Amino acid sequence: MNASKISARNVNVFYGQKQAISDVSLDFDSDVVTALIGPSGCGKSTFLRTLNRMNDTIANARVEGRIALDGEDIYAAEMDVVQLRARVGMVFQKPNPFPKSIFENVAYGPRIHGLASGSAQLADIVERSLKRAGLWDEVKDRLSDSGTALSGGQQQRLCIARAIAVDPEVILMDEPCSALDPIATARIEELIHELKGRYAIVIVTHNMQQAARVSQRTAFFHLGSLVEYGTTSDIFTNPRQERTKDYITGRYG
Amino acid sequence: MSILVLSFLVVGLGLIAWLTARMRAAGFRRATGARFSSLPSHHGAFVALWTVLPAALFLAVWATASPALVTDRVLTDPAAAQLPPPGFERAALLSEAREIAAGKSFGEPTPLAAKLAPAYADAQSHYDWIGSGVALLLAFACGAWAFTRVRPDFRARSKIERVIMALLLAASLIAILTTLGIVVSLLFESIRFFQMVPIGQFLFGTHWSPQVIDARDPGASLGALPLFWGTFFIGAVIAMIVAIPFGLMSAIYLTQYAHPRARAWMKPIIEVLAGVPTVVYGYFAALTVAPLVRDFAVSIGVSWASSESALAAGLVMGIMIIPFVSSMADDSIAAVPTAMRDGSLAMGATQSETIRRVLLPAALPGVVGGVLLAVSRAIGETMIVVMAASGVATLTLNPFASATTVTKQIVDLLTGEAEFDSPKTLAAFALGLTLFVVTLLLNIVALTVVKRYREAYE
Repeated sequence: MNASKISARNVNVFYGQKQAISDVSLDFDSDVVTALIGPSGCGKSTFLRTLNRMNDTIANARVEGRIALDGEDIYAAEMDVVQLRARVGMVFQKPNPFPKSIFENVAYGPRIHGLASGSAQLADIVERSLKRAGLWDEVKDRLSDSGTALSGGQQQRLCIARAIAVDPEVILMDEPCSALDPIATARIEELIHELKGRYAIVIVTHNMQQAARVSQRTAFFHLGSLVEYGTTSDIFTNPRQERTKDYITGRYG
Repeated sequence: MSILVLSFLVVGLGLIAWLTARMRAAGFRRATGARFSSLPSHHGAFVALWTVLPAALFLAVWATASPALVTDRVLTDPAAAQLPPPGFERAALLSEAREIAAGKSFGEPTPLAAKLAPAYADAQSHYDWIGSGVALLLAFACGAWAFTRVRPDFRARSKIERVIMALLLAASLIAILTTLGIVVSLLFESIRFFQMVPIGQFLFGTHWSPQVIDARDPGASLGALPLFWGTFFIGAVIAMIVAIPFGLMSAIYLTQYAHPRARAWMKPIIEVLAGVPTVVYGYFAALTVAPLVRDFAVSIGVSWASSESALAAGLVMGIMIIPFVSSMADDSIAAVPTAMRDGSLAMGATQSETIRRVLLPAALPGVVGGVLLAVSRAIGETMIVVMAASGVATLTLNPFASATTVTKQIVDLLTGEAEFDSPKTLAAFALGLTLFVVTLLLNIVALTVVKRYREAYE
């Protein structure tokens, strides 16, 4: 097995004086869906946001430790955040399409990164991304409608299409289904299955059934620390730590 | 009896009413020992209000009606037969007679006015006595009637509640009614004007020279198009060329780039700009900016540049409007959800790309609404243009030429000596009405745009 796509070593995150993550080391492989689970406020979303440096947008956040993408330290001074975020895409908790047309939402990334050399190629990228996100058949006749006019589930798939339009290597998903109904959730989970082979996917979820359904690896966070990390089937059927067992059996959280 | 003494008497009656009603109610309480819905002080206040309010209302009406009654009575005096026919002279004589009767005359009185003065004093005191008598009678009668209603089971408390509500309602109606009154008076004077000058000639005529009016065809020199153009050119074009970029950029800096500590002192300073009296901007425009603009124009070869150029007034007006545009843009950019900004940043867009491609388009309706409100303020702004703009109306696209505005012309038309029914003076009302209608429409459009946009994100 080759080296991990992303490897995090001894990561600490502080918000001002308050420590949100303490000493987390984790590896994420390509072609694998990794779920981060844990009770609210355990730091799983904070950790996810360190992987594409979205914590930079929070004024007093500070990250320590080493996080490497393909062996390159992403917090090094010479790392270009723009390039990093093009390689590590993100899908947010609440669908956040831009107030633009469906086409323009997906074309946004390719445009700013100059990925298409003409309008025909751009249209190709948009079509391929929407197909991959399983949204093409629903919107192909109304690409010029506003992205915000879609239903919640469609908006979230549009955001996934937007993320994959720039051909990332990793996709981070921060509770992507928590604002959706069960049917829309099932569609997104299906989609994650289909995307698994192409990208390293890291998904934060509150929902343990969802983690069990979509992921191959699971990391359990509690109070800012990584408690246990292993294959999903091990974590759910044979947890080694008492705290993990209590959480997945619904004792707390 | 003077109005002051009368007011004291009425209030004194009210005080007596309050005390007696209170005592009476307290008496019930002691007698039965039961609990009532109203305290003695409520009963007292109820009776006192009934004593004072009707009399006060009557006096307010009487104060507006009695002068006409007094004049009518004076006109029945034999000496009044010598008065000239209704008009300016007759009004002047009557008002002089009134002054003499009130003991406020100065200089040698006109004989006829002096003759009428005793009649005036007589009529005045006649109606004063009637008014005072009715007011006191009303206070007493209403107070007494209210006093008879003071019983143990009478709910004075809830009656007072209703009176308080009525007072609050009246206070808020006063602002609305005043506005209506202003509009109506504007409308009437404008209608008088449009009876002398056709509306089309006024709105679309291109020649404005109110100093020289041909009595047979006043409309020929009262074409207001150059004023409308000047107002638009100074307030909506030049001022906005200054205010929109600077206001918008400062809002972007303050919301997106500024460190919270920098924002904490920069935002108040920009807002202080909005509190500078406009007359100070006027000085600045007339004494500093206007000469600079003229010198600059001369140095680039425009030898005839005016020292009261449209550019000088517009530039300063734009500076005045910057904080307004900035704070409106600030609000609408801040109203765009952070999720939108994060989504763009997570795609690898830089901060300025995010602002240009996501934040500004999303905030655009709010920004447009803010700009429209700013325009409506700029075109109604008076002091800067009175001090810095020219009085000469020219229909020009040249920013170095002199230009004038509607507000400046209104001031010019109404200051100085003029009769109140000449086309020249009435034109000021027509200009005011036009300005009012335009700013009203701008405000309505702007507020609708802003409101619709707010709903989209909430």
